[in-house]
Amino acid sequence: MKGVRHYPGFLGLTILCLVILYAPLIVVMAYSFNGSTSITQWGGFSMRWYVDVFTGPDAKRFGQAAWNSITIALMAATAATIIATAAALAMVKGGRFRGRGASFALINLPLMVPEIVTAVASLIFFTAIGLTTGYGTILVAHMAFCIPFAFLPIAARLEGIEASYEQAARDLYATRAQAFRLILLPLLAPGLASGWLLAFIISLDDFIITNFVKGAGMETLPTAIFGSVKQGIKPNIMAISTLMLAVSVLFVTAAYLINRKGRQTP
Amino acid sequence: MTTAIDIRSVVKTFGEFTALHGVSLDIADNAFFTLLGPSGCGKTTLLRLIAGFEAVTAGEIRLFGEDIARLEPNRRPVNTVFQHYALFPHMSVIDNVAFGLKMQGLDLSGRRARAGKMLEMVHLSAFADRLPSQLSGGQQQRVALARALAPAPKVLLLDEPLSALDLKLRQAMRVELKQLQEDTGITFIFVTHDQEEALTMSDRIAVMSAGQVQQIGTAQEIYEAPSNRFVADFIGETNLLEVDVHQVHEGRATLTLPGGHRLSCPSALVAPGRHSLSIRPERVTISDSAELSAADLSATVERVVYLGSDLQVLTRLADDTAFTIRLQNAARTEVPSPGAQIGLHLEEGAARLLAD
Repeated sequence: MKGVRHYPGFLGLTILCLVILYAPLIVVMAYSFNGSTSITQWGGFSMRWYVDVFTGPDAKRFGQAAWNSITIALMAATAATIIATAAALAMVKGGRFRGRGASFALINLPLMVPEIVTAVASLIFFTAIGLTTGYGTILVAHMAFCIPFAFLPIAARLEGIEASYEQAARDLYATRAQAFRLILLPLLAPGLASGWLLAFIISLDDFIITNFVKGAGMETLPTAIFGSVKQGIKPNIMAISTLMLAVSVLFVTAAYLINRKGRQTP
Repeated sequence: MTTAIDIRSVVKTFGEFTALHGVSLDIADNAFFTLLGPSGCGKTTLLRLIAGFEAVTAGEIRLFGEDIARLEPNRRPVNTVFQHYALFPHMSVIDNVAFGLKMQGLDLSGRRARAGKMLEMVHLSAFADRLPSQLSGGQQQRVALARALAPAPKVLLLDEPLSALDLKLRQAMRVELKQLQEDTGITFIFVTHDQEEALTMSDRIAVMSAGQVQQIGTAQEIYEAPSNRFVADFIGETNLLEVDVHQVHEGRATLTLPGGHRLSCPSALVAPGRHSLSIRPERVTISDSAELSAADLSATVERVVYLGSDLQVLTRLADDTAFTIRLQNAARTEVPSPGAQIGLHLEEGAARLLAD
């Protein structure tokens, strides 16, 4: 039988898909180095819009938004990783308990729920309990929706660690706590790192939920970009977008590499 | 002789399934003791109960007199060599070996000295700073041994540790394990399903089946005098014949072999009746058809299998029962040809009546 490569039109279809997926990104990246103020006319290579991002009239607003985004992402990813680790330990190493299947579904359900629904529900919830929307509500919402993203790589890694390592440690006079700290945690580290990185990126990129729960005057980088684009696309937005893309690619690649390295030495 | 481990009526159930039905065993100090049985017989469960990875459902496990059945694994002075070694992949060889010593609170220089000595014992001093993944299977096996022996346990538990090695290495390790046991003077409890392994290394063997101990004895005792059908069948090759026992008198039984020949053999059986007779294939000599009347059994040769040092002769008795004979492949061995009628002569003590 011939491989799928030999079907007529396969090459064309592949190229079409790649173009649709990546052409817009490439255009944005290319025009972020455009020398002119136009977003359609090429005016020669220049770094002026990158300089503009850090020194131009919008620099202060974007700087504050970026600061909010990064601090929220750091805290949300850390909190989500800790909670996800506890959940994964209970699910994978906790033996069989009532409601194990239901717990698994509940942890992963947020991945399936339409984000707009989560966003509306979060806003209603925060209003109902009388929280003023702002930095705090964004942080709480981010912690919550990052948990399943951190959970998946951590649980997958944990499942790959045989029970005999912990037993060997216990057998060699380690207490439960020592066996966890000295054996399980180091073996779990690649899963923790990729779970944290994934949660960080998900938090950093989030727009819909953030937009609902951020409250007036509070901006993260995605909402600031959206607000700016509403008044017309300026080339500095392309520079900011390219920077965010670079950070995302960097983190996702790191998560992938860490996970792959982890698998080589199980 | 001091008893190292005294297992008293230990029962272990997993939900509906009963893995051990009231097992009792005495294991002497400074012995190489083997738990032998097919997979699922409960031997590994028993080992895990001694180590403390599972909790007994009922019964006592005494270690030099002290009941340890309900202690956490880190409070039991026994160490385990795991089937797949379970070496900590993120630690160097020397750190793996020193782990138990560290947990016991030994200082760094003391740990290094003791772990170094253990590595020397297993001929791996040159590999101290490698990671386990950089070692071969046989080397990992030695590290696992050194790690488990480093804290000087009172008893060493070995869970099928040779099963992952290739044949040559496995045979070499058998000798080395037995030597190690004698040198250290530590009681080894060795779990295996490989009877050859059990027979070559053990001082005593407990044959297990279906969660029960079938027979305990030296290699020779369980091979030469199996107490029941299961043991006779599981240990080595054997021919099992159904025979009529007519008379039992002063420890000797008189019986009729298929084909009518009468035989007298030693037996602990009390009642005459229909019983199984076990005959080891290597305890039979053959003669050609001229001497058929003098033979204990007569058979037709079906096939001769060449095994190198031995020849296996597959025959069929007059009543259609399959019967296997092993002949040494010596220069003067006359190899019977398929289809030939031969006489089978049982050596003295070759036949053994079984209780069930």
